[in-house]
Amino acid sequence: MVPAEPIVDIRGLRKRFGSNEVLRGIDLAVAPGEVVAIIGRSGSGKSTLLRCINGLESPDAGTLAIEGRPMRLDDPRAMRDLRQRVGMIFQSFNLFPHLDVGHNIMLAPGLVKGRRGAQGEARARQLLARVGLDDKFEAMPAQLSGGQQQRVAIARALAMEPQVLLCDEITSALDPELVAEVLAVVEMLASEGMTLLMVTHEMRFARKVADRVVFMHEGAIHETGPASELFTRPQTTELRQFLAALD
Amino acid sequence: MVEFTLWDILRNLLLAARWTVALSLIAFVAGGALGLLLVLARTLPAGAVGRWAGRCVALHVEVFQGTPLLMQLFLAYFGLALLGLEVSAWLAAALALTLHASAFLAEIWRGCIEAVPRGQWDAAASLALTRSEQLRRVIAPQALRIAIAPTVGFLVQVIKGTALASVIGFIELAKAGTMITNATFRPFAVYACVAAIYFAMCYPVSAFSRRLERRLNGAR
Amino acid sequence: MVSLDFAAVLEQWPLLVQGIGATIWLVALAATLGGFLGIACAWARTWGPKPLAWLAAGYVESIRNTPFIVQLFVIFFGLPSAGVRLSPEWASALAMVINLGAYAGEIVRAGVEATPRGQVEAGLSLALTPGQVFRRVVVPPALARVWPAMVSQIVIVMLGSAVCGQISARELSYFANLIQSRNFRAFEAYLVATAGYLVLAIALRRLLLWVGPRFLFGTVWRG
Repeated sequence: MVPAEPIVDIRGLRKRFGSNEVLRGIDLAVAPGEVVAIIGRSGSGKSTLLRCINGLESPDAGTLAIEGRPMRLDDPRAMRDLRQRVGMIFQSFNLFPHLDVGHNIMLAPGLVKGRRGAQGEARARQLLARVGLDDKFEAMPAQLSGGQQQRVAIARALAMEPQVLLCDEITSALDPELVAEVLAVVEMLASEGMTLLMVTHEMRFARKVADRVVFMHEGAIHETGPASELFTRPQTTELRQFLAALD
Repeated sequence: MVEFTLWDILRNLLLAARWTVALSLIAFVAGGALGLLLVLARTLPAGAVGRWAGRCVALHVEVFQGTPLLMQLFLAYFGLALLGLEVSAWLAAALALTLHASAFLAEIWRGCIEAVPRGQWDAAASLALTRSEQLRRVIAPQALRIAIAPTVGFLVQVIKGTALASVIGFIELAKAGTMITNATFRPFAVYACVAAIYFAMCYPVSAFSRRLERRLNGAR
Repeated sequence: MVSLDFAAVLEQWPLLVQGIGATIWLVALAATLGGFLGIACAWARTWGPKPLAWLAAGYVESIRNTPFIVQLFVIFFGLPSAGVRLSPEWASALAMVINLGAYAGEIVRAGVEATPRGQVEAGLSLALTPGQVFRRVVVPPALARVWPAMVSQIVIVMLGSAVCGQISARELSYFANLIQSRNFRAFEAYLVATAGYLVLAIALRRLLLWVGPRFLFGTVWRG
């Protein structure tokens, strides 16, 4: 079997904030349908890497291509095009507080893809059903639990029909009993073949769902490999220490 | 006809601006004193007297914040005349502006007192301080810090408010502008100068108030 | 003994009603256009290019630090020498829009600056343009945050419009003046007009506080 063309292709990516070099040359290629978990201490550059892929941070050096098309930060139209193909879910949900759940989901497809009216609404209801919230179409974000808000945020991202979904510590702001319902949705997406890059602290989940785990340390990819190997036979002392500290 | 140069215009306006400053200071100081009494009346302990006083102050604030300053000036002017007093525009303007300022300052300061956490009253009371000691020694010093910036900011409103005294014939900056316009037929130049002088008086006060506010927020 | 004669004023009620109508018309226009001007100013000062931000700051500061009556006189008496001649009513409306726009700009700016960064990022990550993010994601909650201050400012501008009678704009205070010039009952005429303003102020505040959350910025912002 011929290995597929990478859907996300990152080469030599560098990013600094002032004197602090957060990313020190990242190379990462992600195949279509692959589920990649990015782990590491806080401050290791995981979130910055994810934010670069969606153009929320501008890299200082290196290249970044989605589906073979290089990212062009200076071209607003190209960025909008890219963001339609790469969705993002945030730690703090970031639902729009002034819109009900349905309109949170329908806003972007209506404005960007011109999908309005009954068609847009039907699609939104369908997505809500997929994340198990069929009855919350008219609810306001403030009326939902954190887990429900995060599932709405996932439905909102899916409404743009992205090829890649970036998940930035999407369960870190949740009460422990609400984590499972969100992870169940992510697992469903993974099983349906969605390409996923997720920064996570849920090691058991990463082990269960991810095809590949990337361990970041001090702004670089320190160790990478299949989940089963990386967790059972860590090669470097840093990863061993990181995993030991979790138990 | 005498030809007016821009300097003549400006000089006459500046002379008139002295009265703007004088009226502003009178209204601000007298309004502040009255406003202080009003806000003290509002902090009376909740008894029959306290409730009654609170309601009176609330009504005073509602009326003076809910009606045009211009109407307040007219009513002071014609009201004093009705009482048989010899009215000068001076007296009427000072009276109306003082009452006007007292309502706004009382409301600003009430907000500052309420911004002090409830727990401070409780803590002071638990230390056996009397009501007036609680207010003077614990609450007021904290409220004062918060109050300085908006109080200075309100001075700008008072300065601008004095421009309306021109309407009842008090000769200050705005009125001088109208009189000079009638003599020179150069309304744009004159009123632009008038606006510039007001700006020169108000902007430093605004900027100072903003700096005080930033410093307070920074200190927190 | 002071004797008051309110009947002499109240029998002129059609004039008072006409004045109240004109005042409502002025404030409706000022609130609508001034509100949009304020939002535009807030945009310029927070998201706009540098020169536009400076321009907006200059506008806001020059209006906030000069009396409304002087602004009105510049527009009504001053502009004709630049070839722009406006009726008293349109000059008043223009002065009110410009005045409210400056204050609203400052108020809305505070609301915009309190927007969490994540809201903007969420909007961008959904492929919205910066303009769409500002209009659809940033402005509605920002307005909701500052709405009480906005309502107070609109009421202040309404009360300030009493000055427009001084350039013979036919609003409430103008008619009060007209009535007292006919019957020489100045105190009564102005007291009745003042009561009219008080009722207008209370009603306007209630109306705006009720309307805002229902129709202006959510619960649902459709479109």
